[in-house]
Amino acid sequence: MKLPKSQIFLLVALLVAGGFSAFSGRIDPYILDVTLGVGIAITLASSLNLINGFTGQFSLGHAGFMAVGAYSSAMLTTTLGPKLGASAGVLQWVLFPASLLLGGLVAALAGLAVGAPSLRLKGDYLAIVTLGFGEIIKVILQNVDAVGGARGLVGIPDYTNLFWTFGVAAVTVYVVWALLNSTYGRGFLAVADDEVAAEAMGLNTTRYKITAFVVGSFFAGVAGGLYAHLKGYLNPGGFDFNKSIEIVVMVILGGMGRHVGVIVAAVLLAVLNETLRSFGDYRMILYSLLLILLMLTRPQGLFTWTPRKKSAA
Amino acid sequence: MTELLQQLINGLSLGAIYALIALGYTMVYGVLRFINFAHSDVFMVGAYIGFYLGPRLGAGTVWGGIATLAAAMAGSAVLGVVIEKLAYKPLRNRSNLTVLITAIGVSLFLQNAGQKILGANPRAFQFPVPGGGQQRLFPETQLHFRSLTISSNQVIVLAVSAVLLVALWWIVHRTRIGTAMRAMSFNATAASLVGINNDAVISFTFALGSALAGAGGVLYAMNYPSIDPLMGTLPGLKAFVAAVLGGIGNLPGAALGGMLIGLVETFVSGTRMSTYRDAIAFAILILILLFRPAGLLGKLRVEKV
Repeated sequence: MKLPKSQIFLLVALLVAGGFSAFSGRIDPYILDVTLGVGIAITLASSLNLINGFTGQFSLGHAGFMAVGAYSSAMLTTTLGPKLGASAGVLQWVLFPASLLLGGLVAALAGLAVGAPSLRLKGDYLAIVTLGFGEIIKVILQNVDAVGGARGLVGIPDYTNLFWTFGVAAVTVYVVWALLNSTYGRGFLAVADDEVAAEAMGLNTTRYKITAFVVGSFFAGVAGGLYAHLKGYLNPGGFDFNKSIEIVVMVILGGMGRHVGVIVAAVLLAVLNETLRSFGDYRMILYSLLLILLMLTRPQGLFTWTPRKKSAA
Repeated sequence: MTELLQQLINGLSLGAIYALIALGYTMVYGVLRFINFAHSDVFMVGAYIGFYLGPRLGAGTVWGGIATLAAAMAGSAVLGVVIEKLAYKPLRNRSNLTVLITAIGVSLFLQNAGQKILGANPRAFQFPVPGGGQQRLFPETQLHFRSLTISSNQVIVLAVSAVLLVALWWIVHRTRIGTAMRAMSFNATAASLVGINNDAVISFTFALGSALAGAGGVLYAMNYPSIDPLMGTLPGLKAFVAAVLGGIGNLPGAALGGMLIGLVETFVSGTRMSTYRDAIAFAILILILLFRPAGLLGKLRVEKV
C-alpha cells in the first residue's frame, strides 16, 4: 500500500517523537522543558492558523480555550487518577490521553458556544467576543472553588513528555494540512478569499467558519491539557490576553495561512520567550511594535517569500 | 424603594461614562467600518493626563476641574489623531483584518509602554492639598434628598456627559463637518465625489471620539478613584458592547446602549451575582448577536458587491 506523503510525515513525526521520548531522561531538564514548550506552541499556533489564517477570521481568545482544556483535563487526572489505583505508567499512557481528549472536547464545545452566535455575522465581531470570552473564563475560574479559585489548581501529575507533546503537534499539523487539502477544506480558503463570492457559489460560509473555529478550539484545549501536565499547577492569570496575543503574533509573524512559516515562528517565539524572560515587560512592547510594523510593511509575514497560490482570476 | 433609586443613580452615572466611550467606537465604525481597539487605551491616557495636569490646573476647585477635563479631552484628541495618521492611514484600502491587527498592536503598545513609563501600580486619582491631605478633582459634597444620598461627583458626571452629548449632537447635525461625517458614513465614495475630503473627516472623527473617551477617562477615574495602565480594557469592552447593543454606527444608539449597560451592571453588582458583574456585558453581547445583530436602534445593512 502506498501512503500519501502527508501520512508518511505524520508516521515519521510520531516515531521520532517516541524515539526521543525514550531518551528524555538524559536530556538536561531545562532544555527538555523549553522543548516541550516549543511543541505546545506549535500545536497552539497551527490550530489558531486554521481560524485566523486559512479561514480569515480573527480570534483573540485562544488562551481562553487553552484554559478550558487545561482545567478539564487536569480535573480528570487529579480526581480520577488516584481512585483508579493503577500504576503511574498505565495512568500516563491511558488516562492522560483520555484527559487530553476530554480537554479538547470541552474546549470545542466552548468554541461552539462562542463561535455560533458571533460567526453568523460578517465583520469583526469574533475578535471582540473572543476577547470577552478570555476575560470571562478568567473571572469564572477565579470564582469556582472546585478548581482552586484564584489560588489555582495544584498537584497535577507531570504526565507530559516528548512523545505526547510532539505527537499532538504532529497530529495537529497533519489534521490542519489534510483538512485544507480535502475537497471540503477548500471551502475554508474560499471563505478567507472572498466571503460574499463563496456564499454566492453556494457554500454555507457560516458553517465553514464555525467548523474551523471549533476544530481550532479543540486543539487549543488539547494543548492546554499538555500545558497543565507540564507545569503541574494552573492559575487563571496564566491564561490572560497576553497569552492569546503571543499565539496571534506567532501566526502573523509566520504568515497567516502558511503551514511552515507559522511552525517556524512558533518555534522561534517559544525559544525567544524563554531567553527573553529577563526582559519581562519589554517583550510585550516588542510584540506590539512587531504587529504594527508587520502590518504596515510585510502583512504576509516574516517567513514568507513565495506568494500564496492564488486561483487564476 | 430608596435603594432602587440609589442604584438607579449609580447606574446612570456609570452608564454615562460607557456612553461617552461607546460614541467613539460607533463614530469610527461609521466612517471607517472597523473596530478601533486602541480606543479603550485613549480612555486610559485621558485619565492619566488628568492625573498629571490636575495639580497644575487647580484641581479641587470647580474651574480647575473643568480645565483639567478640557486638557484631558484635548490631549486625547491629539493622541487619537496621531494614532490615526501613523497607524491607520497608511492602511487605507487594505483588508479589514490588517487594520484590525494594527489596532490591536496600537492598543497593546499603549498598555505596555504605559506600564513601563507610568508605572504598573494603580494610583489614587487624588491630588495633594497644599496644607496637607488629599482632595478630589472637583470639590465633593454629599447631597441628601430624604434618605437618598448622592455624591456631587455623580451629578458632575451626569451633567458633563449631558453637555458633551448635546455638543456632539450639535456638531454632527448642525455643522458642515458634521454633515460631511454623516455623508461619509452613508457612502464614502459618493461623499468624496461631491468634494468631501475623506481624510479630513476621518481625522476629525478620531479627534471627536478620542476627546469623548478622554473625558470619560477623567470622569471614570474621579468616581473609582484609582487608575492604572490597564484600566481601559474592561470599560472599553463594555462600551463596545454598548455600541453594538444600540446598533453600531448609530449615535443615539451608543448613548442608549451605554446607559443600559451601566444600569444592568450596577443592578447585578447589588445582587449575590456581584462577582460576575464583568461577565454580564459579555452575556448581553452574545444575546444581541443571536437575536438582534443590528442592535436596538440600528438597521440591518445588506452587503452589496
